[in-house]
Amino acid sequence: MHTNINRLRIVKIEKIVEETPTVRTFAFKDVASSNAGAGQFLMVWIPQAEELPMSVMIWHEKFYAAVTVRKKGYGSTSLYNKRVGESLGVRGPYGNSFEIPKNARKVMLVGGGTGLVPLLRLAIHLNSTRIDTTLIIGAKTHSEVFFEKLAVKCLEDTNHQVVVTTEDGSYGIKGQTTEAMLKLIGTERFDTIYTCGPEGMMKKILDLASASLIPVQASLERYMKCGIGICASCCIGDKLVCKDGTVFDSETLSSLSEFGLEYRDKSGRKCKYL
Amino acid sequence: MFAEDALELRREQSAERNTLSVNFGGMCLRNPTILASGFLGISMDLFRRLYKLNAGAIVSKSISCSPIEGYRNPTIVSLDYSSYLNAVGLANPGADAFSEEIRENDNLPIMVSLVGSSEKEFPILVKKFDRLNIIGYEINLSCPHVAKMGIEVGDDPELVYRIVKATRLHTTKPIFVKVGVGNTDVLSVASVAKDAGADGITAINTLRAMAIDIDTGIPVLANKIGGLSGKPIKPLAIRCVYEITKKVGIPVMACGGIFDWEDAVEAMLAGASAVQLGSVLATEGLSSFHAICTGIQAYLKRKNAKNVMEIIGLAHKY
Ligand SMILES: Cc1cc2nc3c(=O)[nH]c(=O)nc-3n(C[C@H](O)[C@H](O)[C@H](O)COP(=O)(O)O)c2cc1C
Ligand code: FES
Repeated sequence: MHTNINRLRIVKIEKIVEETPTVRTFAFKDVASSNAGAGQFLMVWIPQAEELPMSVMIWHEKFYAAVTVRKKGYGSTSLYNKRVGESLGVRGPYGNSFEIPKNARKVMLVGGGTGLVPLLRLAIHLNSTRIDTTLIIGAKTHSEVFFEKLAVKCLEDTNHQVVVTTEDGSYGIKGQTTEAMLKLIGTERFDTIYTCGPEGMMKKILDLASASLIPVQASLERYMKCGIGICASCCIGDKLVCKDGTVFDSETLSSLSEFGLEYRDKSGRKCKYL
Repeated sequence: MFAEDALELRREQSAERNTLSVNFGGMCLRNPTILASGFLGISMDLFRRLYKLNAGAIVSKSISCSPIEGYRNPTIVSLDYSSYLNAVGLANPGADAFSEEIRENDNLPIMVSLVGSSEKEFPILVKKFDRLNIIGYEINLSCPHVAKMGIEVGDDPELVYRIVKATRLHTTKPIFVKVGVGNTDVLSVASVAKDAGADGITAINTLRAMAIDIDTGIPVLANKIGGLSGKPIKPLAIRCVYEITKKVGIPVMACGGIFDWEDAVEAMLAGASAVQLGSVLATEGLSSFHAICTGIQAYLKRKNAKNVMEIIGLAHKY
């Protein structure tokens, strides 16, 4: 039967994974979500609390999917506090996904925090098409590094390299993801760079990659009310992150003067990223 | 492209302009498909994109004196592929930020939708926008899910009169009043608005409605009650357009469940001078303006009409 992805589907939380002291992954059975593309998102309803856009996390069981949340505001904290057996509502998956160019041989993925979620889904595709993959995972400090082992597992059938950077040097390479990236693109040739994470980081990646003529695909995050292209709360320039994105290519990103700098708040006013 | 092709295209485009152009309530539009208030209505960049995609005019999100954050999510839920329930709570950037947003507008036909709870707020709002390049105002007196604003105002004919009159005193630009189906008869609200000096009516807004998730038993919208839009409300919109144009005799923009060119033609036969598109944009995407224009164009050709205005209100004789 064809699922109307716009209809709310109630799912039960079956497993919870503690990723870090502030990040948890919640797994549930939902066929439509399990088939999501890398970069697609769900609108996740936390009954009586909030509805949040969440990138669709992979899960090892068939017909299952997950969401990974960091507790921050009211909405994300109410999701974070959910227990096994409790219900969530989901609609979607919405939006476009990362594309793998036909002739790609070697690619780089750069992500930080929950931005790794769409990159892991992409990693699974890259693994099955045997594309040489370098993944850079960035975090502030060791205790905030997660998904490293999972990433290695996702890429086990292809030539791969997983690099971790921490700002304080407590684990992996000391510094920012962009420094590690710059070093790598100076010595090896990458066909595409995929990224998801803080927008300032993604902007830096776009600038560095463009200088080396490497195309970028970035998955953006915005506050969303509808997820279906009518409210404009997710707009950046003349694009809607929920419909035209979440993934944008270098050309589009370069045309968006707000990229890395501004977003709209709940009222629709432009605000600056700190 | 060869020179002749370019010429041919230009001829076609200008022919389309002539057949689809409409003139009503002090506004002259290249075609009768208009963006409804609340849909993508906060960004100048998006307005440019919509205009390129053939929107005849654009109505902004309803703007209040101060910014409003609106309700917590869920604020918009889709009931299926053609009907939607929303309680956004009139979230908007406020008059200062929005006038800044559209300050550089030179040629886009923008109407600013205004919302407030008393006659004092509207002159303040008009002062922020009147010197900008806009083609008119739509006063939202019909939002069904915010207390003391919208339909609670629209249900009070005396307050409607004072608001429209106060606005009229401060602008010479066209004023449309957006009505809904509340507790007061839509005809009496429309005629009060006309008496107070409105140039036209927009009919209708969403209808108070609700959805409950049966698994959890919890109302889905954070605000519990919201407004229903989309296909199910079209017959009501058609009825309101028909009665207002026939009995009150004032130009009307039809709004509510207009999804294809057939709906647009039906609304115009009922008396509408133009149609506003809202929910269809979620279902069919932004190409709807162009698709509906093309459909109307073909219909006019079949009916041997030279301009779309010839079909306005044709159903009145029945
Ligand atoms: C998400 C959403 C937001 C809306 N916001 C406004 C608004 O700010 N002002 C207003 O006059 N109408 C607003 N409306 C009502 C629409 O303009 C329109 O009257 C209604 O949706 C019916 O038309 P439709 O069936 O084509 O969607 C909103 C509707 C929706 C779904
Ligand atoms: S979230 Fe509403 S338009 Fe994207």
